[in-house]
Amino acid sequence: MTTTLVFLVALLVVFLGWIVRQSINVKPWAAGGLQPSETDHLHPAATAARVGLGVFLAVITSFFMLSISAYNMRMDMSEDWVSLSPPLLLWLNTLVLVAGSFALQRAWNLARAGHAARLMPALLAGGLFTGVFVVGQLIAWWQVHAGGYLLTGNPANSFFYLITALHGLHLLGGLVAWYRVVRRVRRSEHIARIRVSLELCTLYWHFLLLVWFILFGLLLTT
Amino acid sequence: MAHTGHDATSYAPPAELPEMELAHPKTFIGKYIWSQDAKVIAIQYAITATAIGFVALVLSILIRLQLGFPGTFSFMTPETYLQHVSMHGMIMVIYLLTALFLGGFGNYLIPLMCGARDMVFPYLNMLSYWVYLLAVLVLAASFFVPGGPTGAGWTLYPPQAISPGTPGIDGGIILMLASLALFIIGFTMGGLNYIVTVLQARTRGMTLMRLPLTIWGIFMATVLAMLAFPALLVAALMMLMDLLVGTSFFMPTMMALGEQTGYQDGSPLLFQHLFWFFGHPEVYIVALPAFGIVSDILATHARRNIFGYRMMVWALVAIGGLSFVVWAHHMYVSGMNPYFGFLFATTTLIIAVPTAIKVYNWVLTLWRGNIQLTLPMLFSIAFIFTFINGGLSGLFLGNVTVDVPLADTYFVVGHFHMVMAVAPIMVVFAAIYHWFPKITGRMLHSGMGHVHFWVTFIGTYAIYYPMHYLGFAGVPRRYYAYGETGFIPESVVTLNSAITIAAVVVSLVQILFIYNLVWSTFRGREAGPNPWKATTLEWQTEHTPPRHGNFGKELPVVYRWPYDYSVPGAKDDFIPQNVPPEQVEMLPEGAVGAGR
Repeated sequence: MTTTLVFLVALLVVFLGWIVRQSINVKPWAAGGLQPSETDHLHPAATAARVGLGVFLAVITSFFMLSISAYNMRMDMSEDWVSLSPPLLLWLNTLVLVAGSFALQRAWNLARAGHAARLMPALLAGGLFTGVFVVGQLIAWWQVHAGGYLLTGNPANSFFYLITALHGLHLLGGLVAWYRVVRRVRRSEHIARIRVSLELCTLYWHFLLLVWFILFGLLLTT
Repeated sequence: MAHTGHDATSYAPPAELPEMELAHPKTFIGKYIWSQDAKVIAIQYAITATAIGFVALVLSILIRLQLGFPGTFSFMTPETYLQHVSMHGMIMVIYLLTALFLGGFGNYLIPLMCGARDMVFPYLNMLSYWVYLLAVLVLAASFFVPGGPTGAGWTLYPPQAISPGTPGIDGGIILMLASLALFIIGFTMGGLNYIVTVLQARTRGMTLMRLPLTIWGIFMATVLAMLAFPALLVAALMMLMDLLVGTSFFMPTMMALGEQTGYQDGSPLLFQHLFWFFGHPEVYIVALPAFGIVSDILATHARRNIFGYRMMVWALVAIGGLSFVVWAHHMYVSGMNPYFGFLFATTTLIIAVPTAIKVYNWVLTLWRGNIQLTLPMLFSIAFIFTFINGGLSGLFLGNVTVDVPLADTYFVVGHFHMVMAVAPIMVVFAAIYHWFPKITGRMLHSGMGHVHFWVTFIGTYAIYYPMHYLGFAGVPRRYYAYGETGFIPESVVTLNSAITIAAVVVSLVQILFIYNLVWSTFRGREAGPNPWKATTLEWQTEHTPPRHGNFGKELPVVYRWPYDYSVPGAKDDFIPQNVPPEQVEMLPEGAVGAGR
């Protein structure tokens, strides 16, 4: 649980700092209007959609941290753990996922610059790279399986399949959001609307890339 | 803050958000079934939770009939007994209390009390309810599959939960785990709404430190739930894999029904850690909204400002943070390292400090207040009593040396039900009696309400107090029947019968409560917009019940905290949050203080 607790402590420190700032010098019982500087709404850049994404990412972080905690605890708790060496294909897949993130970032940059007409190729490339990554992961599963590392053979194998599957499912969920952005671009909706949803999509992709780095690192080092 | 007096300017900053675009459905189905209005979703949540809660109530009566009069009821076999216990626990904790406090009261009160038109993501909010309903239906379906629901106990500990021979191994446990996963997905959708709405959609002037404590409680509970539920999801997924594809995450090498299973070296303890990493915050996911609601009801019905508002907020946050580092006190008997136990006993005792601050502040709010013994107030006072009782026995169990002999006895059942069942349900009743006039526009019948209160309050003590004695006598929990057990005296059998009779009476009076709800919805006395003379925004709406969009053309502007009761010098004993300082009617100069 150490991993999870470290994450929670970090989150709590931020949260506590925020609460203290909002409450320490305030007299809640005092009536009256407020000066603009005294409102404690979040920064104007913090829109509902962005805050919503932030909260959602915190939930997913908690989910993956707990999975990693379970991984580490299961490894320590019994004698039967035999590590499997991840197939080399995972390195290639990682590169593909990085390319996907880059493509989406490019699309987002174009949207921010107001080039709605030109962002489609980058956006499609982002989705395509992601699709290739998921297929690549499936091939990696097949390789691992063919190499004799069966799902039930060893907890290390079980966890390999479990955490790659959980990560892949989150990407597939992201593809639903990605498809909605594609639809918006095809319908030539207002650039502001495209920008908002494309931004959320891109940030989610970067986040899942980071999660993949951590999970891949875990697989390589244990 | 610069402005400390009532002479402050009436300036309020412009709204941060443009007016929301609300979907305005025209059809009956759009308004009441596929509704995106948080108030309708709240009622859908409340009705669904109450319905499945009644199933769990019936299960508990069947359990009690078996314990009180063993051997009398032929339909109670050891298997059905275990199944009833498991389903009763899981339904009550998750599908009733969590759903009712957050999905029910959260949805109804957050937009209204923050001064918002609706939740920030209404579509997601609607989806949240329908996924919850699906979770409930999947759970209920497990009663009808071959082999029935799971009999693994509500904590679903492996290896018991998925070993051959446990009731419900054929389908019940799969449906239970699937239903939990659905519940968590649905809850996450709702939780995003609760958190972001509180952060983003508050009206002008509604600073964080002017939020009613109800909102603070629901907000903190949602934060806890969003971080803790993933632990249950991970555990449920891993257990499903153990069961369906034969991995060995949790399942040790073992024989079952005389045959070697395929499992190897899995760790049941890992499940316990994951489960309780969710399970202990879950206690506070239910308790924090209750804390918040009870604070507001006490202030309103004692006509007095809440004592130590900021301390109450900080205590909520502190309890929330600490609740993540006490989980292993549920595992003292799992054979853990004694130093580990010492650590968790310490954190458990520390969490009593912010909790005690809250209790003192409630009592100090009542102190010299103008206490109105209305039904919400009666239930709130009952909550304080019950919570102190349950909390103190929690201090017993938090110490390893006391817990080890008591862990498997009825002392735990008594403690747990006092603090986690009776105390929150008292707040649920208080909140229903308090907000029903706003939700329906009519008062609940007071006579029926008083019968409901006294029978429930005294009845629950008649049920759970004796259980502490049963625990001291060493009567083990989870047993279907005790048979000829040497150390269990005849008096225990008599006491068990008495507990069962009390349980039946308390359950019957809940039917009266439901009848009161239905009767008062149609025949109750007209309540008017603000029957309790309360200050918070939901009582200041243009219409009662509030319509879609909550407030009239203009969102209210907030000038004060929600606890301006009995303000010295003011004509009325309450000043609503949206009344500007210059519009407060004051008593003539000489009369100030004369009334005190």
